[in-house]
Amino acid sequence: MAKALVFIDNPGGALKKSSRELLTIARSLGESAVAFNGELHDGVAAAIAAHGATAVYRPSAADLDDYLVAPKAAYLAAAVAASGADTVLLENSSDGKEIAARLGVKLNAGVITDVVGVDADGTAHKSVLAGAYTTTAKARTAVAVLTVKPNSVDVAETPAAGTPETIIVEVPADATATAARITARNERPASGRPELTEARVVVAGGRGVDGDFGPVEELADALGGAVGASRAATDAGWIGHDFQVGQTGKTVSPQLYISVGISGAIQQKAGMQTSKVIVAINKDAESPVFEIADFGIIGDLFKVVPQATEEIKKRKG
Amino acid sequence: MEETLKIVVLVKHVPDAQFDRHLTGQGNTVDRDESILSELDEYALEAALQLSEARGGAKAGNEVIALSMGPAGAVNSVKKSLQIGASSGVHLNDDALAGSDAAATSLALAAAIRYLGPVDLVLTGMASTDGETSLVPAQLAERLGLPQVTFASALELNGTTLTARRDGDGRSDTVEASLPALVSVTDQINEPRYPNFKGILAAKKKKITTLALSDIGVDAGQVGAAGSLTAVETAAARPPRTAGTIITDEGDAGIKLVDFLAAQKLL
Ligand SMILES: Cc1cc2nc3c(=O)[nH]c(=O)nc-3n(C[C@H](O)[C@H](O)[C@H](O)COP(=O)(O)OP(=O)(O)OC[C@H]3O[C@@H](n4cnc5c(N)ncnc54)[C@H](O)[C@@H]3O)c2cc1C
Ligand SMILES: Nc1ncnc2c1ncn2[C@@H]1O[C@H](COP(=O)(O)O)[C@@H](O)[C@H]1O
Repeated sequence: MAKALVFIDNPGGALKKSSRELLTIARSLGESAVAFNGELHDGVAAAIAAHGATAVYRPSAADLDDYLVAPKAAYLAAAVAASGADTVLLENSSDGKEIAARLGVKLNAGVITDVVGVDADGTAHKSVLAGAYTTTAKARTAVAVLTVKPNSVDVAETPAAGTPETIIVEVPADATATAARITARNERPASGRPELTEARVVVAGGRGVDGDFGPVEELADALGGAVGASRAATDAGWIGHDFQVGQTGKTVSPQLYISVGISGAIQQKAGMQTSKVIVAINKDAESPVFEIADFGIIGDLFKVVPQATEEIKKRKG
Repeated sequence: MEETLKIVVLVKHVPDAQFDRHLTGQGNTVDRDESILSELDEYALEAALQLSEARGGAKAGNEVIALSMGPAGAVNSVKKSLQIGASSGVHLNDDALAGSDAAATSLALAAAIRYLGPVDLVLTGMASTDGETSLVPAQLAERLGLPQVTFASALELNGTTLTARRDGDGRSDTVEASLPALVSVTDQINEPRYPNFKGILAAKKKKITTLALSDIGVDAGQVGAAGSLTAVETAAARPPRTAGTIITDEGDAGIKLVDFLAAQKLL
C-alpha cells in the first residue's frame, strides 16, 4: 500500500480547503501522514485526524519561517525519511513548488507540478501549455513529489483507527547555512472575498474599467465571487498585483469567469482558459476574448455590469 | 571602489506563445520550431545589466554571461542576449539533453555554471514560458549550494548584500542574502530594454562558447529522457474552446447575462 505524506506549512487556526484536498488525495492512495511547520491548533489536529492521518510530524526547530524555502525542504526531506513515504503532496503555491523542487534534488525524486488529479497507481494528471493539452505523468523514482492545484478533488474525510501519533523530526544542523533570510513580512489585509485561486466565481476587470473597479467588485459580491484583473489593470495601480490573472499572475479555473473590459491577450488567456464557463463583456467586437467566450456581450461595461448586478440582487431577493 | 561582478544569466529558447504550441514525438516534448528568447528571461537579463552598469559595466570588468541549454536553434537566444547587452555567451548543446525534465535540466545547468568558475550571481526568469514549472531556479540553488532569492520583484545590491522583495500569496516579504547567490526575477522588476543598432553591431564581436556534456563532466545517462526523474506518459490536445453566443447590447444585455447564468445554474 502506498504511503503519502502531506506537507502543510503553517496550518493556521483552521485547516484550509486546499490542505483538506491534499489529505483527501493522500488517503485515496493508501496510508497517510502529515508533516507541518508552525503551530498546530487543536481544531486543526482534530481535522487532520478526521482525514485519517496516522502520524503527524513536526520540526525540531521553530525558526524555519525566518528563511526562504531551503530549510523547509531540508526538514521535509528528513520527515520523508522518518515516515517512509513514497508520495509527497504539497500545495501548488510558489513556496510549495520550490520546496518540492529542492526536495526532489535532495531525495533524487521526480517532481510533478500543477497536478489536478492522482490515480491510485501514482499517475498524475495535469494541464500544460496554458491549458492547450492535458497530460499524464509519472515519477520514475522511489519517491514521487507532487504539487496539487486547488479545487482538484472533492473533500472527503476517511478517519483511520486510533489517534495520530506526533513525531518530532530533527531539522539538519546545516539547514539554514546558505538560506536567504526573511527580514520583514507584510501581510496584506484580507479582502473578505473568496481566495482568487479557490473561488467558484471570478469577475476580472481590465484596462476597460478605466480606474474604477466598483462595478467589477459589486458583480463579484452579488455572485459571491473573487475579483481578478489583467496586467494592464494591475500595472496601472488600480488594484494590487495579487489580483493579476495570467501567465505571470494567478492561474484560475473557476466554474464561472467573467471577463470585463479585457481584450484577451495570450498571457491573460494562459491564466483563465480552463475555466468551465467564460463570459466576456467588451465594447470591441474584434477582441480576441470573444473567441473563447461561452457567452459574449459587445457593449459598454459601465452599462451592462451594473444592470446584471441589479438583476441578480433582484432575483436572489 | 566596489568589486566587479561576474553574473550568469540563464536564458531559455522557447516556442513563441503567439503561435499554437504543440507536443510531439514519443516523449511528448514541446515542438521548438518558431522559438524565441523566453520573454520572462529578458527581465533577468535586464536586472543583470543594471547591476553590472551600476559598477561601471563591461568597461570596468563586470561580466554578464548569457547561458542557454537547448538544441542548435537556442544559439539565437544567446545571440539576442548579446545584442541586448550581455558581454559573452555560452550555448550548452548536446543531443543527449533532448527531453530533459527539470531535474535533468538543473543538473546540466549546474555543471555548466560550475564550469564557468566562481560566479557572484546566477540570475534566472521566474518560469520558462513553455514548461512553466518554476522548478529549475530552486533546484539550481540546491545543487550549487547558493542562497535562493526567488520571485524577486525588486532587487538591490549593496556591497555583497542582496535585498529583494518577494510578493507571495497575500504577503510581501523582504529577503536578504550575501553573494554569491541565485536570484529569479518576476516581470514586475524592471522594463527590459530592446537591442539597438549599436548593440546589434557590437554583438558580432562578442564570444559565444559552445559546450557539450563531455566539457562539463556530465554523462549522457544523467540527462535527457534517460536521466529524467519524471516521464510524460500521455498527452491529449484539449478540444479548442469554441466561441459561444455573442450578443450586442441593446439596453438589456445585463438581464440576458443573468438569464444565461440562470440557465447554466450558475446563480
Ligand atoms: C512577459 C509578459 C507577461 C504578461 N503577463 C500577463 C498576465 O499574467 N496577465 C495579463 O492579463 N496580462 C499579461 N501580460 C500583458 C498582456 O500581453 C496584455 O497587455 C494585457 O493582458 C492587456 O490587458 P487588458 O486586456 O486589460 O488591456 P487592453 O488590451 O488594453 O484591453 C482593454 C479592453 O477593454 C475594452 N474596453 C475599453 N473600454 C470599455 C468599456 N467601457 N466597456 C467594455 N469594454 C471596454 C477594449 O475594447 C479592450 O478590448 C503580460 C505581458 C508580457 C509581455
Ligand atoms: N534550457 C534552459 N536554458 C537556460 N535557462 C533555463 C533553461 N531551462 C530553464 N532555465 C531558466 O530557469 C528559469 C525557470 O524555468 P522553469 O523552471 O523551467 O520554469 C527560466 O526562466 C530560465 O531562466
